[in-house]
Amino acid sequence: MALNSKIPAGPIAEKWKTYKSTCKLVNPANKRQLEIIVVGTGLAGASAAASLGEMGYKVKAFCFQDSPRRAHSIAAQGGINAAKNYQNDGDSTYRLFYDTIKGGDYRAREGNVHRLAEVSANIIDQCVAQGVPFAREYGGLLSNRSFGGTQVQRTFYAAGQTGQQLLIGAYQGLERQISLGTVTMYSRHEMLEVVKIDGKARGIIARDLVTGELERHFGHAVLLCTGGYGNVFYLSTNAMGSNTSAIWKAHRQGAYFGNPCFTQIHPTCIPVSGDHQSKLTLMSESLRNDGRIWVPKKQNDSRKASDIPEEERDYYLERRYPAFGNLVPRDVASRAAKERCDAGFGVGSSKMAVYLDFASAIDRYGHVEAHKNGNPTADKATIYALGKGVVKEKYGNLFEMYEKITGENPYEIPMRIYPAVHYTMGGLWVDYELMTTIPGLYALGEANFSDHGANRLGASALMQGLADGYFVIPYTLGNNLADDIRTKAIPTDHPAFVAAEKEVSDRINKLMGIKGKESVESFHKRLGKIMWEKCGMGRTAKGLTEAIEEIKALRKEFWSNVFIPGEIKEFNTELDKAGRVADFLELGELMCIDALNRKESCGGHFREESQTDEGEALRDDENFMYVAAWEFKGDSKFEMHKEDLVYDVVHPSARSYK
Amino acid sequence: MANCQIVKLSNYTGMQHYNMNLTLKVWKQKNCKEKGKFETFQVSGISSEMSFLEMFDVLNERLVAEGKEPIAFDHDCREGICGMCSMYINGRPHGPWHQTTTCQLHMREYKDGDTIVVEPWRANSFPVIKDLVVDRTAFDRIIAAGGYISVNTGNAVDANSLPIEKQKADESFAAASCIGCGACVAACPNTSAMLFVSAKVSHLALLPQGDPERKVRAVNMIRQMDTEGFGSCTNIGACEAECPKGISLENIARLNREYIGAVFSGSMEG
Repeated sequence: MALNSKIPAGPIAEKWKTYKSTCKLVNPANKRQLEIIVVGTGLAGASAAASLGEMGYKVKAFCFQDSPRRAHSIAAQGGINAAKNYQNDGDSTYRLFYDTIKGGDYRAREGNVHRLAEVSANIIDQCVAQGVPFAREYGGLLSNRSFGGTQVQRTFYAAGQTGQQLLIGAYQGLERQISLGTVTMYSRHEMLEVVKIDGKARGIIARDLVTGELERHFGHAVLLCTGGYGNVFYLSTNAMGSNTSAIWKAHRQGAYFGNPCFTQIHPTCIPVSGDHQSKLTLMSESLRNDGRIWVPKKQNDSRKASDIPEEERDYYLERRYPAFGNLVPRDVASRAAKERCDAGFGVGSSKMAVYLDFASAIDRYGHVEAHKNGNPTADKATIYALGKGVVKEKYGNLFEMYEKITGENPYEIPMRIYPAVHYTMGGLWVDYELMTTIPGLYALGEANFSDHGANRLGASALMQGLADGYFVIPYTLGNNLADDIRTKAIPTDHPAFVAAEKEVSDRINKLMGIKGKESVESFHKRLGKIMWEKCGMGRTAKGLTEAIEEIKALRKEFWSNVFIPGEIKEFNTELDKAGRVADFLELGELMCIDALNRKESCGGHFREESQTDEGEALRDDENFMYVAAWEFKGDSKFEMHKEDLVYDVVHPSARSYK
Repeated sequence: MANCQIVKLSNYTGMQHYNMNLTLKVWKQKNCKEKGKFETFQVSGISSEMSFLEMFDVLNERLVAEGKEPIAFDHDCREGICGMCSMYINGRPHGPWHQTTTCQLHMREYKDGDTIVVEPWRANSFPVIKDLVVDRTAFDRIIAAGGYISVNTGNAVDANSLPIEKQKADESFAAASCIGCGACVAACPNTSAMLFVSAKVSHLALLPQGDPERKVRAVNMIRQMDTEGFGSCTNIGACEAECPKGISLENIARLNREYIGAVFSGSMEG
């Protein structure tokens, strides 16, 4: 099938306007007859379900957690970008568009990204109207801060809990629709299959995680808003339950998977402390506004941080990238940290960490506060106390979290940080309307591949999730459903539903029937190790080739030796996890295949064979300026389709932050 | 905010890591219909660097290896923000650390030979689903009864057209930082949900955007709270003491004012 991205014709700034004024509409009476399934209730899912409910559609929303408010968008800390130019620092829709295209290392679609930048300002307005308590200045207006990869201050935030506040806003909107009866909520439910009828997505099979019963649900359209698949690495900053199953089932049913190998490794996470760990914790990128990253200039320096004098510290980001300093994009910062640690300059007991130091920020803010208080000659202790107060107001909750986890006080001792898997830019391939290659099946937010190219900029995931849910899907869904108004709800005793349910049931029975010796967790850990070592921050043809074989072997072992206790028809978290890990074991292989195919380095995808003399990622625009969209052709068989990327507005150049 | 805690934790700076053996008494209950009971488990080789839930992961891995069913517990983000984890540890929701969720509690709190008793949240409005997992959908229904501002997508004016006093915005944010975990209910001898309800009412009542619906919101949310069977508030304050996000009792005072104001102005209709 030829890929058609359906980007509207016309100048970049007119595409979305033109689309909105010419797309087909569905009248209110017909909307009431149309049923929509929304899977996942994070920012994308909750905002889509609430908005579609408000418009009058009959919506069913699903989440695996006990409440829609738990979705992992809630853990986003730092902020959300919007081209408001409230700081009068030269921001504009174009500049946000440009920064995002450049930040993505020229592997995202211009049309989609421009639309994202256009609606970014509406998101802030909408959230404030809902009562999202963003940080404000004393004058009562909204406050902004900087994030990586930009030279303006366009990030809106609510302390270190921006995701929480945005999600609660969307969740409240969703609950309001639930009370009005336009949305029916199914929590503790997991989607296990897409049901296709005459080639179109017409429903899902879901499992009630409390009773273990399978359920059939019809929808005129199905929206997957199920987030990313970073947990394929076992250790990541994702929530424990985050998984790939919904989009992987869709992929197996015919939805192409776009750029599966594009993974974001976030530079500032709390380092791994031992084998017992099942989860890594992020320290927000916003900390790089004020924290300075450094390692000792001497290799294997085992002195305490406080004993290392200023002139013996290497602020390597400031040294290598003077224009952006500590605020280079995430992929650049992560690789630089790995480079220093691999070269023997790492700190902490594992030597796999670098310092993130707030001493100079505390000092700087302390002086400002002392001046404000009319005490410019304050002593050191006073300045420290004042400065600490400012830092605490900005990042207090993050500092507390760091201290609870590590037992160290980051006001006194610099934080130790190391990169960890955080986000996946890859996802289901979608066109401009967010539709996958299965008609009637859509993917929103992190679940799709669309807006971040090979590297996502900080504070852009919240923006994309809400853009897709509040401002894009309400238009694009209608444009397609306008042709479906004569389709009556299909009864779920239709043979396609029966067959899909049987498929799911057979697979669960097969899993339970293995009765092997090794736990699901153990297989997940082993997969994660292969992925991190061979498909992580540095990738080589040799490593990837090995990884593919290792994953195949591991998958075979899983299906013959996994042990799942308990019963099918009950609350059984081991069974839930087994299904998810089985899907990761297939996805991991595709990620390696994609990484092997893409012989260039770009953004977060670093092929060691393709780098500049200075160790920067070396793109190959001549051969790889395309989206790799993979079609499932049977177990271990994938066929690649190319969507060439066309840059009409921005001219791809070597990405430089020097 | 959590000054005392920072001081306390700082004592651990530079502390040696150690391993410990523990006795766990954990509530086991097959489902909501069957009766539950405590079961005792011995765990060994627990590192002081583990989180409380990682200790449970270790125990569960062992149980699975022995062909037994693991202990069911709710958890997801493990960063203290999703509100899903919910263990009642030695008589305290989320355990002994001030303003800390179970997932952020770390094992350096305990020493070799300790016995730890772990139960689910106990409240009629939170029925047990299995072991330590309870049903908290009552909270969702309370929010659905009025915990929102009725604004459809696409109706908003420019965000800065509505300046809001910083102090008000900060207070509103503090109330909005509730994670809906239910520790307040579990801590309360009356199983009252007043802290949860008041946090939402305060979050929205402190903002000008929330003003038009403030009366019906307070009335409808309280009515739903009563319908769900939560107990009455008798100003004990255990909720505030155990809240992992430090939601203040002042919110309950504000809710009472909002509610009484609504009742006297005749806004009993939702």
